Amino acid sequence: MKEQDEKKLPLGHENEAPYEKGGPARTAVFPSRGRSNISPFFAFIGGWAIRMIGNFGAIAVFFFLAFINIFRSKQIREITNQVYYIGAKSSLIVILVALFTGMVLGLQLFYTLVKFGSVGALGSAISLSLVRELGPVLTAIMIAARAGSAMAAEIGILRNSEQIDALYTMGIDPVRYLISPRIAASIISFPLLTAFFDLVGIIGGYLTGVVLLGTNAGTYFYRVQSSLGMVDIRGGFIKSLVFGAIVSCICCFQGYFCHMRNDGFGARSVGMATVSAVVISCVLILVSDYVVTSFLM
Amino acid sequence: METPLIEFRNVTKRFNGKTVLDNINLSIYENQVTTIIGKSGTGKSVLLKHIIGLLKPDEGTILFQGKPVNKMKKAEWEAHRRKVAYLFQNNALLDSMTVLDNVAFPLRQTTNLSKAEIEKRSMKRIDDLELAEAVGKFPSELSGGMQKRVALARALVTDPRIVLFDEPTTGQDPIRKNMILSMIIHYRKKYGFTAVMISHDIPDVFFISDRVIILWEGGVGFEGPYEEALKQNVPMIDEFLRSLDGFQDQLTGLLSREAFKMHYSAMLGAAVTETKYSAALFGVRLNILYEALGAQAAVAVLKALGEYANRYFNSIGGFSARHSRDEILTIFPHKNLAEARKLVEGFSHELENGVVDHIRNIAWKNSDAATCFDIDIRAGVIEISPEDSIEEIIQKGRAEQEIISTHRCDLGGKVQ
Repeated sequence: MKEQDEKKLPLGHENEAPYEKGGPARTAVFPSRGRSNISPFFAFIGGWAIRMIGNFGAIAVFFFLAFINIFRSKQIREITNQVYYIGAKSSLIVILVALFTGMVLGLQLFYTLVKFGSVGALGSAISLSLVRELGPVLTAIMIAARAGSAMAAEIGILRNSEQIDALYTMGIDPVRYLISPRIAASIISFPLLTAFFDLVGIIGGYLTGVVLLGTNAGTYFYRVQSSLGMVDIRGGFIKSLVFGAIVSCICCFQGYFCHMRNDGFGARSVGMATVSAVVISCVLILVSDYVVTSFLM
Repeated sequence: METPLIEFRNVTKRFNGKTVLDNINLSIYENQVTTIIGKSGTGKSVLLKHIIGLLKPDEGTILFQGKPVNKMKKAEWEAHRRKVAYLFQNNALLDSMTVLDNVAFPLRQTTNLSKAEIEKRSMKRIDDLELAEAVGKFPSELSGGMQKRVALARALVTDPRIVLFDEPTTGQDPIRKNMILSMIIHYRKKYGFTAVMISHDIPDVFFISDRVIILWEGGVGFEGPYEEALKQNVPMIDEFLRSLDGFQDQLTGLLSREAFKMHYSAMLGAAVTETKYSAALFGVRLNILYEALGAQAAVAVLKALGEYANRYFNSIGGFSARHSRDEILTIFPHKNLAEARKLVEGFSHELENGVVDHIRNIAWKNSDAATCFDIDIRAGVIEISPEDSIEEIIQKGRAEQEIISTHRCDLGGKVQ
C-alpha cells in the first residue's frame, strides 16, 4: 500500500507528502514552480464551471420531466388554477407597465423623430419596438418578479415543511403535481400577456404622441398597421414562449431544491432561492432574448 | 423461516461525512407492529425514510419481500411504494388545504373514485379520529394534537398495507395518546396492515408492539420482542428503557412499571420474616369497549379504573401499576389473603358505583349506535412470597381471576 502511494508522487518529489484531496497537499507537491498562486484560481474557475454545467444539466432534466408530465391525466384543473394565478392576476401590473412604457416611448421617440423630420414614423417606431423587443422582455421580467418569486417561495416552503416529501409518500409525483402545471401555465400565459402588453403599449404611445403632442392619429395607426408584419408578431410570441419556459423552470427549480443550497437553511434558504430565482430569470431573459433574436433575424 | 417484509442488510447512511446509520441489519415482518426506539439523533426517522424511498442508502441493500429495492424496475417499486403510508413527525399537512381536502387528497390524486365516494371515505376517517368539527378548518387553525390526527387520517385513508408512524403520539395528551395507540392496534387488526412506529411512549407502546428495535450509536442495539429486551440485562438497553419510563403512568396516575419495581424491591428489602403480602391483578377487556363505544370511551374507563385503584388502595399502603394495556397489578403490604379479598370486595362496590356506572352512562349516551355489549371487571387475589418476581405474581393473578363487577347489555349492571 505504501509503495502504491509512493508511486503516485512525481519524480523528484518522492519524499514529500503524498497527494491528498484539498489544497495544501497540491501546493506542497509543486512548491518551486510558482503555481501555488495560480492553481487555486484555476481550481476555483474549474469548480465553478463544473457546478454550472451540473446545474444546467439538472435544470434540463428537471424541465424535461416537468414538461412530459404536463400531458398526464388530472392536470387540467391545476393548470387552469395556475393560469389564473400567473396569467389573469398578473394582467393588471402588465397593463400598467405597458401603458407607461408606451407613453414614455411616445415622448422620447417624438422628440427624436422631430429632429429628423420623421414624426410620421412614430407609430412604426413604437409598434416595432414593443412587438419585437419590449413587449416580450418587459412582460417576462414583470411576471418573473410577481409570479416567479411566488413560485420559488411557495415551492421552497413546501420543501422545507416536508410537504413535497409527503406528496411523494402519498404516491403523488411532486414534479407532476407542483411543477408541470406551473410550466404549462407560464407557457400559456406569457404570450397572452405579451399580446396585452403590445396592445396597451401602442395605446400608450398614441396617448402621448397623438393626444398630447398632436401627431396625426390616422398617420399613427396607418404606420402601426403597415410596418408590423407577421414575422414581427411571430418573433415576439416565440420569445415570450421561450421566456415563459425559462422563467417558470428557473423559479420552480430554485424553490424545489432550496434545501440543497449552501448559502442558507430553513427560512433563509427560501429567501435566497427567491432572490436567485428572480435574478437568474431576469439575466436569462436578456441572454435568451439576444440568442433568439439572432436566430430570427 | 419467514421471509421479512422489509429487510435492511448492511445499510449505511452518511450526511455531510457524519455516519447516521452504521452497517444496520434488521428485519420487519408482515402483520406485526414493530416499534423503533432510540435517543434523539440516532437515525430513527432516517431509517423510516429509507423504507419508503425518500432516502437511499450510501452502502448496503434494502430488501422488500426478499427482493433488493435497487434491482427493482420502476413500476415494481412504485407498486410497492403505493402500499406504504407515512405519518411524518411534523405532520407535513398541506397547509393551503382544509382538513377534508388534506384527508381526501391522496384519494383524489391516485384513484378514479367518484367525488361522493372520496368524500364518504374521507369523512369516515375524519369521524374515526374525532375531527368532525375541524372539517372545514386549515391546519394552522388546529392544535398540534389535532394536526397529528389529521395526518393520521390522511395516512390511513388509502387503506395501506404498511404504515410508517414517525412519533404518532408526540404532542398528544395522555388520553389521546392511548386512543391513538389503541386505534393503531384496532386498525391493524381490522385491515391487517404492518405497522412500523417510532415512539418514546414507554411502556404504552410496548403493549401494542410485537417487536422492538432499539437503535444505539448508529447501530441496532436490540431487535426482538419487548419481554426479551427486558430479560437481556444489557446495561445500555436497561438504562435507556428506564430513562424513558417516568415515575407515573400519565393516563391513570398509577405508578410506572419502573417505579412499581422500585417500590416492590423497597418493600421486600424492609420485609420482616413471616410478614404476609398479597396482590390483586385487575383486568378489563378494553377491546370490547373499544369496539362498542370507541377509543375515547375505552380510555376513559381505564383512566377511571386507575384513579379508583389509586384512591382506594393508596390509603391502606397499597401500590399499583398498569402491567399491560388493560391490566392493573396492586400489591397489599402486610395483608394476608383474607384481608386482601375483603379489600377487593369493598373495591368492587366502589367500582360498581364509579366505573361500571361510568360505562353504563357512556353506553346509554351511545344507545343509538346499537351498543349492546357485556363487559366484566375481573380480579385475581393471591398471596405472595418475597421470592416471587413480578412476572410470577402476574401469572398467578391471571390464574385466579374472577369477575368482581360486570355490565350486561340487557340487565344493566350487577355485582357478583
